[in-house]
Amino acid sequence: MLSDRAPLSLKIAAAAGLLFLHLPILLIFAYAFTTEEKSFAWPPPGLTLKWFAVTWNRPDVWEALSLSVKVASISTVIAMFLGTLCAAAVSRTRFFGRETVSLLVILPIALPGVVTGIALRSAFSIADIPFSTWTIILGHATFCVVIVYNNAVARFRRTSGSLIEASMDLGANMFQTLRHVILPNIATALVVGGMLAFALSFDEVIVTTFTAGQQQTLPIWMLEELVRPRERPVTNVVAMVVVLVTMLPILGAYYLTRGTDQVAGQGK
Amino acid sequence: MAQTDASLVQSRNEGLGARLSDTLWRRPSLLLFLLLLPPVLWLGIIYLGSLFALLLQSFFSIDHFTGMINYEFTLRTYAELFTPANFDIILRTVLMAACTTVASAIIAFPIAFYAARYAKGRWRAVFYLGIMMPLWSSYLVKIYAWKLILAKEGILTWALEGLHLNWLLDAYLSLPVVGGNSLSVSVTGTFIVFVYVWMPFMILPIQAALERVPTSMLEASGDLGARPGQTFRHVLFPLALPGVVAGSIFTFSLTLGDYIIPQIIGTSRLFIGQAVYQHQGIAGNIPLAAAFAVVPIVIMGFYLWGAKRMGAFDAL
Repeated sequence: MLSDRAPLSLKIAAAAGLLFLHLPILLIFAYAFTTEEKSFAWPPPGLTLKWFAVTWNRPDVWEALSLSVKVASISTVIAMFLGTLCAAAVSRTRFFGRETVSLLVILPIALPGVVTGIALRSAFSIADIPFSTWTIILGHATFCVVIVYNNAVARFRRTSGSLIEASMDLGANMFQTLRHVILPNIATALVVGGMLAFALSFDEVIVTTFTAGQQQTLPIWMLEELVRPRERPVTNVVAMVVVLVTMLPILGAYYLTRGTDQVAGQGK
Repeated sequence: MAQTDASLVQSRNEGLGARLSDTLWRRPSLLLFLLLLPPVLWLGIIYLGSLFALLLQSFFSIDHFTGMINYEFTLRTYAELFTPANFDIILRTVLMAACTTVASAIIAFPIAFYAARYAKGRWRAVFYLGIMMPLWSSYLVKIYAWKLILAKEGILTWALEGLHLNWLLDAYLSLPVVGGNSLSVSVTGTFIVFVYVWMPFMILPIQAALERVPTSMLEASGDLGARPGQTFRHVLFPLALPGVVAGSIFTFSLTLGDYIIPQIIGTSRLFIGQAVYQHQGIAGNIPLAAAFAVVPIVIMGFYLWGAKRMGAFDAL
């Protein structure tokens, strides 16, 4: 049989794999402080905080950031509403077409992003819909539904149906049961789903390039800088801030679901 | 106390909400209908509607003289996919997706194996966060980080110079096909970044499959005289295979549709995603872009069908 202690070769392979995943991200932190402006020279010739101030005073960064936050917030709210309803329906009853509904929810994320993007773009082109903030939100909400749905379905499955029946037997009507029994039971799952949906939307770029027109979300701003660099140090600083900000929902999701058997964020 | 609560419930039960509640309780199918209506309408109209629009567009064609879309049913746009230049793009993308998937499985397996069977207590949390953080980190920042690493003046060249191994890199870059001016403008660079960005999606399904293997089965194998290596090859690995296939759905599909990684790190040779993007953008040839987008849908259709037959969906 396999022994209880891991063989050395496995330890090395696992550690090397994890280092491979983490070192490049850590590198971003070093570059945010470099004094080098024109190239990616390593090691950094000197360290400075100057570029944080420069970035702070850049209106284009702030505009992109505020559009991203706006899009992610509205998409998250829509996704939480649709995802929870869908999860409630699928987990509580078996009905004809149940498999089709869960496939429909997963499809926007199972197909490559470029397909979702060009599909929305074709629809806007056929229906003559001009690009706006709402065209971005339409796309984002669609692929965020699955994140909320996955988290809510897992929780609904573990919430016993007899709790709801007991509440009704004791005289509560459906809305009271929803307010006092169901919502408290699924609250953390919804919060986790919402945070992950926000993180997904905040970072999305592939679908957005097809639905944004001339508008710039923060990822589109970054993409623009990657393709046609203008001021590299500003990009470095933004990249570092983005890494720090996206860590928050993951840590939050982890602490909220600690001790439960569900794995938050598994199906990004 | 109990009495006041009961009377409260009683009084509330008289209202409109109560009557609605009673109706919903008596007719579960109405409740189901109301629950499903918003999500199904949203996904059905916006998503399926868009996919239908995509399909529709792919049967139109573009007039190459005027640049206008000709709204007549034709298969000419699909025929264009099979011209040598376009077929090359499809082959290149599928080959890259396959290589990325294999490499991801090789790197991901030890991590998943350790996390599933050996990580205990605090180490479990370390592994969990160690896998989730890179998975959820910003996609563009990850690509940017590799641009910094692979650039000619970047950290990789510096490290190899320190080790006096830069002749090795130069020799590798002078190779045809995989080489190039620097790693950041070579196919190898594209491959490394694809593996880096999509590999984390492979770890969790493998880990889930490994965690489901009962310890008693491994003990039985040992009791029957198998060495650890044999147990791994003949018991553990076959049972983990559905997890690998499940993970490969992500790595394969995501590589197939990506157009940003090869655009930023790689050669000027196109991938499917880039072809879609360019045809709909500058060229304004939405029909050809749509036809290109149908290719990954068809490929993923076959892939999912095969994966389902291997039992990969139970491992998700």
